[in-house]
Amino acid sequence: MLVTSPAFKENASHALADAALQKALARARTHFQRRRADAAAGLPEFEDLRARAREIKDHTLAHLDFYLERYAENVERAGGFVHWCRTAEDARAAILEICERAGARTVTKGKSMLTEEIGLNEHLERHGITPVETDLGEYILQLRDEPPSHIIAPAYHLNLDDWEKSFREHHTGLPPERAFHERRDILTEARKVLRERFLAADVGITGANFLIAETGSSVIVTNEGNGDLTQTLPHVHIALASIEKVVPTLEDAFCLLRLLARSATGQDFSVYTTFSTGPRRPGDLDGPEEYHVVLLDNGRSAMLGGEFQPMLRCIRCAACMNHCPVYGAVGGHAYGWVYPGPMGAVLTPSLVGVDQAGHLPNASTFCGRCEAVCPMQIPLPQMMRHWREREFERHLTPATVRTGLGLWAYVARRPTLYRWATRAAAATLGWLGRKRGRFASLPFAGGWTGGRDLPAPEGETFFARYAKTQRQGKA
Amino acid sequence: MPPSRPRVALFVTCLVDLFRPTVGFAAIRLLEAAGCQVEVPRAQTCCGQPAYNSGDRESARELALGILESFAGYDYVVAPSGSCAGMLKVHLPTLFEQDPNLRPRAEALADRVYELVSFLTDVMELKTVPGRFQGTVTYHDSCSGLRELKIKAQPRALLAQIPGLTLQELAEPELCCGFGGTFCVKYPEISTRMVADKVKDIRETGASLVLAGDLGCLLNIAGRLKREASPVTARHVAEVLAGMDGQVPPIGESRDG
Repeated sequence: MLVTSPAFKENASHALADAALQKALARARTHFQRRRADAAAGLPEFEDLRARAREIKDHTLAHLDFYLERYAENVERAGGFVHWCRTAEDARAAILEICERAGARTVTKGKSMLTEEIGLNEHLERHGITPVETDLGEYILQLRDEPPSHIIAPAYHLNLDDWEKSFREHHTGLPPERAFHERRDILTEARKVLRERFLAADVGITGANFLIAETGSSVIVTNEGNGDLTQTLPHVHIALASIEKVVPTLEDAFCLLRLLARSATGQDFSVYTTFSTGPRRPGDLDGPEEYHVVLLDNGRSAMLGGEFQPMLRCIRCAACMNHCPVYGAVGGHAYGWVYPGPMGAVLTPSLVGVDQAGHLPNASTFCGRCEAVCPMQIPLPQMMRHWREREFERHLTPATVRTGLGLWAYVARRPTLYRWATRAAAATLGWLGRKRGRFASLPFAGGWTGGRDLPAPEGETFFARYAKTQRQGKA
Repeated sequence: MPPSRPRVALFVTCLVDLFRPTVGFAAIRLLEAAGCQVEVPRAQTCCGQPAYNSGDRESARELALGILESFAGYDYVVAPSGSCAGMLKVHLPTLFEQDPNLRPRAEALADRVYELVSFLTDVMELKTVPGRFQGTVTYHDSCSGLRELKIKAQPRALLAQIPGLTLQELAEPELCCGFGGTFCVKYPEISTRMVADKVKDIRETGASLVLAGDLGCLLNIAGRLKREASPVTARHVAEVLAGMDGQVPPIGESRDG
C-alpha cells in the first residue's frame, strides 16, 4: 500500500472539507464511544481485566521466543504447517506458493489488517489469483479500490448512496428497479454475490486475533460469520498472523477476548468467535484439508526490548481511534497508511520509518484519552513523544520549529533575560491590543489566528506586578 | 486535618506571567485564604513542556534543573494549571531516570507538586471561597488535569460554594479543546475544527461564562469564541473563586467591555 503519510496535512485538509466524511465521523464517534462506555460500566471487573491483560502480554513478550516455538510445535502436532516469515515479501511469497500449489484461481479473505500491511491482494492479482474480500466493509472497499479508513469498521465513511453506486457499477445484471433503502438491502445483495464466491474459492485466507501457544490454535472474531465460511469451506486455510499475537493459554485468550469486543464495539462478545486447530480430522464434518499459519515479523522483533515494546500489546480494538479527537476530525485515510489514529501514530513509524510517518506522532494534543480507554493500557502519548525525540535527535524536526525552540530554551534558561523579554512582549502586545482586547491577525502568528483570535495580554507581566506589590508592601 | 500554615511556592506558569497575571494573584489570594504562606521564587520561567513535547529532552532537562534548584525546600509547590503541574509531577522525574543523584530530588519535588484547585480541596480542605458570582457558567476539564492528575470533582466542589452560581455542564466536558501546546500552530486546521466543536458545545449550554483551570485551553477557547463573535466570555476558574473577576475583563475582551 502506498504510504501517503508525508502528506498528512494535505490529507487532513481534504478530510476536513469533506462534508459527507464529517457526517460519518460524527456518527461513528458518538456510536463507538457510547457503546464502549456502557460495556465497560456494565462489567465490574473491567479495570481488573485490563491490568491482567497487560500482565499476560508483558509476560508473553518477555518470553516471546519460547511461546512462539511452543505454538509452532502444537500447530504441527495438530497437522498444520507454520511458515516463519521475516518480511512482508517473505509472507507474500509463502502465501502465493501455498495458493499456487493448491492450483487456486480464487481465494476468499476474512478481514485482516495484516494482509493490508503486506499488500497481499495486489500481489495475488499480479500472479493471476483473484482475492475476494468477504467482510462486508472490505468487500465494498475492494470494489471501489479504496483502503480501509478504520481497523474494525473499514468502510464506515461510506453512506448508502456510495454502496448503491458501487453495487450498480460492479454487479452487472442488477435490475434497475432494485431498491436500496436501508442496510438490509445492501446485506441481501452482498450475501447473494458472496455466497457464490465462498463456494467457488480454492483457498481461504484469514488473519488471527490471537494465537494460543498451549493448543496451537488460531482465533478469529467476526460479527458477520464471513470468517468461518472463509476458513471452513475451501480445501486450504491460511491464517496470517504477526508474531505478537501469541498468548500462552486458552484462558489468557479469554481474558483478552472479554476486553476486545467491549473496547471495540461495546459488545460483550463478538457474534462469532472461532478457534481453528489444525486441518480437518478424520470424522470431522467440515473444515479445510490443509491448515497453514504464516507467522510474520515485519519489524516487530526490532521493537522488543526497546521503548516501543508496549505497542506490541495492542489487540487492534480501535478504542484509541474511536476516542481520539484528531482521528475524529480527519478520519483514517488522512494518516496515509494501514493503521490510523493513536495506535497508527506509534506503529506506523516503527514499520515504515519515522522519516515517512513523522507527522503522525506529532499530530496529537496529548489529550491522553487514547491511553485512558486502551484495554491494554498502552502509554500511547508517551510513545508518540518518544517518536518526537527520535525525530529531534535525527534532525527531522522542521528547521523553523528547531530554531524557535532553541531560541526559546536559551532565554527560558536565563531568568533575568527571560523577565526582560516577557516584560517587553507583554507590554508591546498589551499596548497594541488594548482597544479590542484581542488580535484578529498578527505577524508570524497565522497558525493561531487563522481560525481564532489571539487574546491580548493584560500588559504587565505577573512578575513585574508582583515586584511592585512587594515594594509597596515593604514601604 | 489540613497542615497549618505550610510554606507554598507558587509556580506561576509562563502563560499566566505573560498573558494573565491576575490568575497568579487570584492563586495567591486563594492559597492565603486557605491558610498558606505563599512565596514566589524569582528564578522560575517555564515548566519545559514546549521542549519536552517536541522531543528536545536536553532543553527540558536543563530547565528542569533550574526548577529543582528554585523550588527546593518548600512544603508544597502549586501551579494554577493542570498541564504545568502534570509536567512537574508526572513527567519531570522521567528526565532524570538515569541519574542516581538527581532522580530522588526530582521525585521529592514531584511529591510536593499540586495543581491549584485540587491542592485547595484535597490538601488544605478549603470549604469556603471569597468569590461571589451571579449567573450560569460552564466548565471545561483540561486534559492534563483531568487524566494525569484526576481533577474533576474539585473545581465543581469549590464552585458549588458560591451562592448564585449555577454550573451547566457541557455535553462533552472531557473532550480536548484542540490547544495541545505547539499542536495548535503546527496543525492549525485540525486544531480549529476541535476548538470550533468545543465552542459549539459551550454555546449550547446557554452559559454566559466558560471556566477552566488552564490558560492554554482558555486562550484557545476565548480566541475562538471571539472569532465567532459570541457573547460568551472565558475566565480562569481561580479568578471567580478568588472574587477577582471584577478586576480584569474576561480573556480576550477589552477594558471598555
